[in-house]
Formats: sequence, C-alpha cells, structure tokens
Amino acid sequence: MTATAEKILMKGNEAIGEAAVIAGCRYFFGYPITPQNEVPAYMAMRLPQVGGTFLQAESELAAINMVFGAAAAGARAMTSSSSPGISLKQEGISYLSGAELPAVVVNMMRGGPGLGNIAGSQGDYFQSTRGGGHGDYRHIVLAPASVQELADLTLLAFDLADQYRIVVLVLGDGYLGQMSEPLVLPQPSGKQFDKSGWALTGAKVREQHLVYSLLLSPEDALEKLNLRLQEKYRVIEKNETRHETYNTEDAEYLLVGFGMCARILRGAVVSLARAGVKAGLFRPITLWPFPYRELAAAARGRKKILVVEMNAGQMVEDVRLAVADSSPVDFYGRMGGMIPEVEAIVERVRGYVE
Amino acid sequence: MSNSVLTKVREKLVYSRPDSMYPRKMHYCAGCGHGVVHKLLGELMDELGIAEKTILVAPVGCAVLAFFYFRADGCEAAHGRVPAVATGIKRVHPDHVVIGYQGDGDLLAIGTAETIHAANRGENITVIFVNNAIYGMTGGQMAPTSLVGQKTKTSPYGRKAEDVGYPIRACELLNTLEAPYYIERTSVHDVKNVLKTKRALKKGLMNQIEKRGYSFIEVLSACPTGWGVTPKAANLWVAENMASVYPLGVVRDKGAKA
Repeated sequence: MTATAEKILMKGNEAIGEAAVIAGCRYFFGYPITPQNEVPAYMAMRLPQVGGTFLQAESELAAINMVFGAAAAGARAMTSSSSPGISLKQEGISYLSGAELPAVVVNMMRGGPGLGNIAGSQGDYFQSTRGGGHGDYRHIVLAPASVQELADLTLLAFDLADQYRIVVLVLGDGYLGQMSEPLVLPQPSGKQFDKSGWALTGAKVREQHLVYSLLLSPEDALEKLNLRLQEKYRVIEKNETRHETYNTEDAEYLLVGFGMCARILRGAVVSLARAGVKAGLFRPITLWPFPYRELAAAARGRKKILVVEMNAGQMVEDVRLAVADSSPVDFYGRMGGMIPEVEAIVERVRGYVE
Repeated sequence: MSNSVLTKVREKLVYSRPDSMYPRKMHYCAGCGHGVVHKLLGELMDELGIAEKTILVAPVGCAVLAFFYFRADGCEAAHGRVPAVATGIKRVHPDHVVIGYQGDGDLLAIGTAETIHAANRGENITVIFVNNAIYGMTGGQMAPTSLVGQKTKTSPYGRKAEDVGYPIRACELLNTLEAPYYIERTSVHDVKNVLKTKRALKKGLMNQIEKRGYSFIEVLSACPTGWGVTPKAANLWVAENMASVYPLGVVRDKGAKA
C-alpha cells in the first residue's frame, strides 16, 4: 500500500468491479441476478473507459462460456452471479477446469434452495468447495469478510488464476455485496504471467494451440490429465491456504466461521470476553484449499469448537475433518437469509460454561 | 509407362491436400459431409491466407475433433455453446478469423439461445452449420431438423409433428433478426452444390475479414451411418427429401449489389 493511499467509501459489489479493473481485467460477461447486479452495472460503466469489453450475455450459460473463450484467447476475464446463476455456470466451470483456463468467478450467495430469496446466505459452501460441476476438479475459493477484502481478494484472484491456470471463485454473500464501507483501493501486484505457450493467438510461425478437455483415451490421456490436475491441487493446498485468527491465544472456546459470519463471531468474542469467557476466532479465508492443518493446531486443547454458518451446516464437516476427536464440535446456523445474532452465539457458548 | 505419360498424369492432378490441413486421417464415416466441408474450409484457408490467424471453435457432436485437422488454433466448446465461446475469443482478438462450426443438435436444440443471440448481436464471426437431420455422434437420435416421418433411434415410428413439432429452419429463423449480414443455405450432396458451398463459405469468411458482421452458412449434409443407408442413397435423400424442407439459396445478403 502506498503512503498516499486514501480511504474511499464503496459498495461491496462495486469494489469487486474496481479491483478487477485494477487487476487488468478487461473482459466481463454477466447476466442480471440480485443481489450482485452492481458488479455488471459497474463493469458496464467502467470497462469502456479503459478500453475493455462488457457484454450482457443471454444467460449465465452463455456468460461463463464467453469467459471460456476470452480466457482461451489469453485475456483476463471474469463473470459474476448469485447462487441460482452460479448453479447454471457449473458446467462451464468444469470445462474451464478441464481445459486449465484461468478465470475469476464471483458468487454473492443468496438464500436457497431453488429460487429461494435475494437475502444473503452461505448455502453454496458445498457447491463451491467440492466442485459443483462434473468430474474430478477443484478450484480456489476465497471468502472475503469486508468490502476491503472484496477488493483485495478479487485482485489476488486474478493472480492466482493465472499462476495456476485455474478458476478462482470469490465467494461473498448478498449482505457483503450490498454493504458500503471505507476501503483503500489495492495496487496491482505487477506480476506477469506468460500465456504464449497455450493461448489462442493464431498459429503464426508455430504449431497450432488447442484448448480442449476431450481426451478419449482413458490410460494415455484422460487419467494423465487428472493426475496432473491432482498434482497441481496438492501444490495449491501447500502454498495458498489462508486463514486468520483473533484472540485465540488462551481461548477455551474456539469459534469458527467464514465471510459474514466471521464478522459476527468477532463481535461474539468481544462480548464473551466482557462476560469473562475466553473465546477466540478462527476464520478460513480460503475455503478451498481449506486450512485443515492450521485449524487442527488452533483447535488443540480447546474445551469446545463452535462453528457458525448462514446455512444448515456445511463447513462444519470440514471443521470436523480437521479437528477429528481432539475437541467436541458444535454447530449453530441460520438459513433462508437469516443472520446469526451475536446474542444467540454468546448464549450458546455461555451454555458450555455452565 | 514412359516419362512423358507420367508427367501428363501429374498435370491432370485436380486435388491435393490443402497446406492449411494436417496430413491426418479423418475420423468421419464414409459418405459423411463433414469431411467435404472440412476440405473446403482448408482450401479457403489456403486461398485467403488466413490459417495463421484463424481460431476454429468446434462443437460437441461428430465434429468435436474438427480442430485437429487444420494448421490453425482451435478451441473446444461445451454442447451448444460455440457461439458464446466464439464471442469471447472474437472480442479479445477482433482481427482474427473466428469460425464457429456446429451440427444440428448443438446449434438448434441445446444451443438455440446462443445461436440466436450471437446472430442478434451481429458478432463478426462466421458460423458453419452442418445440418444432417440427426444426432450422429450419439448413435442416431432425432434432431430438431429431423424430417417429419423420419425414423431415428428416438423416433422409431417416424417423427410425429403433432407430438414433437416440425423441423426447424435455422436460416429462416435467423432471417427475422436485424443484425445478421449474410445467411445462406447450401448442400454438399453433389459436385455442383459442393462448389456452391465453397463460394458461400468464402463469402462468409470474407465478410468477417472485411468486418461486415455475422455470417451464417447452413450446409445440408448426408449421414449414411445415422440414416442406415449407403453414401450414394444418402446423397440422393438430401436432394430429394431435405432440400424441399430446407430450400437452398441465399436467404439474406446485405452485401449483394442491388
């Protein structure tokens, strides 16, 4: 961050757009769906100013496949949507993963299942972290918890996408996207990524480049691709796992949450401290790769782990995998666009003490 | 045989593999129109000198491997999404020649929306639509372009219009839109029509090179394997049965001299 950096007030969804522009993204393909409409609207306004292309596609399917084309052509491209729209993009995300194309996808989650509602939710954790489309693939999932992070992690998403030739999902929720907060716009990383070995730029003085995922021979081709993908995923797990902790040093109880819930849990930690209960927060920033090892270490010796999510209990499964039998794990969640309240969390933890 | 006779034979050579194509054995069935259309495309890449700036987007279906045959860059597209992928590529490389290549299921069933909207945006791409009235790759199921009464794996008693509707005419459908620059339907069932198809494809490519907008060439093509007939009978079926449902000729040409 430069010394002259000043704070400005921005809406979460617009901060995503500006960060993408800062990252050098010049191609955005989207389709309207609430509560993420400010992202395409911002790009429609901003991209023509910087010589980029905004295109409102005829559907989410078309939008993600336009991203596929632009990414194959070597450009930084992105799309954004919200839960039902992201379901429609899953086929495209599988194809992007199979063809190892870099792309950034934003999901500002809303209540589900089905058409659900337009309130914020975290119901797409499974879909996001397990590969929501067909086939054996993974993609990076970044879970911001503030408008500042929406910008910072969107910028990071483009670098990670190019570095690993992978899809990076920025997973927020409807509340985060609609929220206005002060932020300092991030600076571009300056990292350069050479795409000349595979991008479709015309087969002049070189052999043809092909972007595809159809590999008909099981043994010679498709298993080899899968093995290479798995190898890449192991490298990402090793190098790109991110998390943060708050007040965990002598905490007896560990609260675990991502995104919006992490903000609420921070409040709960403060309230509990006032009431004389030692609680700390563990917040995964990357949902894939999930910080299993870091969480296992942080969970050791705690009396209880409480996972709080805006869903019926999805990340809690990863927490149980990480913690194993070292501490009991409890879950508290709200669904359908409801937000867990600090008071309810404090009450739950105080119940452990008694 | 004397040397002079040999020379004479060589001089009579009327066809050789286009430089823009790899010497690879094609995977298409005997009598299939895809091979002919590929060859025409290869010849045009030579004639127009565009292979090095061509990006071919292949569909899901029989032509899924189309890009393996050309000395040009190639891209896969999910089923039906060729126009969307082509749009993404063209927006990044507006000076390249981006060709969308699709079959009837890809273009008119699962990809109808992408087809209509790429045409409606007037994307400066060339779409080649090979219509053989059947799903060939998956083993001969009914296509949106299967004729009324046509027997397929999924219409074993013949296509019933009252149950599944009528064959869709892509050229006429797209002709209701403002933006498309050029729409023509041709066939590759005989030599005369193969040459007409080449002219249409050339026009479609030139339109793109000259940045005139969206060009759409539908090519009626035989599928002897899918139809369960000989190649010769299949070509006859195109002429006698398909061409009456799908009239050949220019449907729209904004570049035609008045």
